[in-house]
Amino acid sequence: MQERGVVAMKRAYADLHLCLNVKDAAGMLRMVNKAATLGYRLVAVPVAAEARVDEVAKLREVCSEAGIDFASRVDLRPRTPNELMRQLRRLRRKFEVICVNCENKAVARQAAKDRRVDLLNFPLLDFHRRFFDRAEAELARNGLAALEIDVRPLLVLEGPERVRLLSSLQREVAIAGEFHVPIVVSSGVARELLLRKPREMAALAFLFGLDEASALEAVSESAWAIVGRNRGKLSAKFVAPGIRVVREGKDC
Amino acid sequence: MRRVKRRYLALWVDSEGVPSRKELIDAVWNAVTKLYGEHGASLTSLALIDYDLEGKTAVLRVSLASLGLVRASLASITSVAGSEAAVHVLAVSGTIKALTRKLRGNGKR
Repeated sequence: MQERGVVAMKRAYADLHLCLNVKDAAGMLRMVNKAATLGYRLVAVPVAAEARVDEVAKLREVCSEAGIDFASRVDLRPRTPNELMRQLRRLRRKFEVICVNCENKAVARQAAKDRRVDLLNFPLLDFHRRFFDRAEAELARNGLAALEIDVRPLLVLEGPERVRLLSSLQREVAIAGEFHVPIVVSSGVARELLLRKPREMAALAFLFGLDEASALEAVSESAWAIVGRNRGKLSAKFVAPGIRVVREGKDC
Repeated sequence: MRRVKRRYLALWVDSEGVPSRKELIDAVWNAVTKLYGEHGASLTSLALIDYDLEGKTAVLRVSLASLGLVRASLASITSVAGSEAAVHVLAVSGTIKALTRKLRGNGKR
């Protein structure tokens, strides 16, 4: 590639689900440094919907010190579609990543079709409530939501539970592939020794049927696309989808 | 008979304690067996070539065909000899010489 004058771009990896305890400054710093050492360029940390501005600023500062990009994330756990819409109206302009934990089918369907939702997450151990089926994928394809898969349960579960989880994930990944729904593979971990390198995350994704290229995309481009899209929308220059301020002044 | 192609993996054991050579290879075999069963493990041609206790780095040999399988198994290791640990892959190469060169070149531990 380089011989032909094309410089190969190094892939920038992202972990959209790094769980940090904002009250434990030392632990937070250790985790962020570890993520940077392992090769991540962006981490998204879930914070409470009512998180104070200074908490988010502190997280941003810690990440900046470690030389890593930070994205704010909120995890919603609504019980009804109406509650989901209310939360989205209130929070969409405040966070860069919005993930919906789909506890029932009505919420899952609403989340999949709502273009303000970035990530769909499903209960890990309750296999009857993993609603990512063909109908859900069809809705997600027309929306903007991606399917998020955390690798933490693959590390902590053992035996039949892990087998059942892998089986569900294999089915969901196949459906997502069929309907071209993006997949984001995140860590979802809160402990340093459970953090894995991006390539190791991709290797774990191999267990649920993602090939190497798709798995690497799931820990890089897919995640960056979500953050990039939302940063564009949250910027002062955004007017409406497809319209943004390019130049301001009297000569315009 | 066709020659079996191999790959060498440089590993870094991230743990609080210092596991022995036997404890490390046992942890790797356990992980492979748990994920792929005894038949799957038998196809890997797994062998621990070198282990540096001080730097907690190791060189593992596997068959090329089972590289993905072994990488997934290594990533799934959460404990070695009863204490919490992670095994990270630093580099992969076709020969030990190239692996050493790669590690030096990247300045990796």
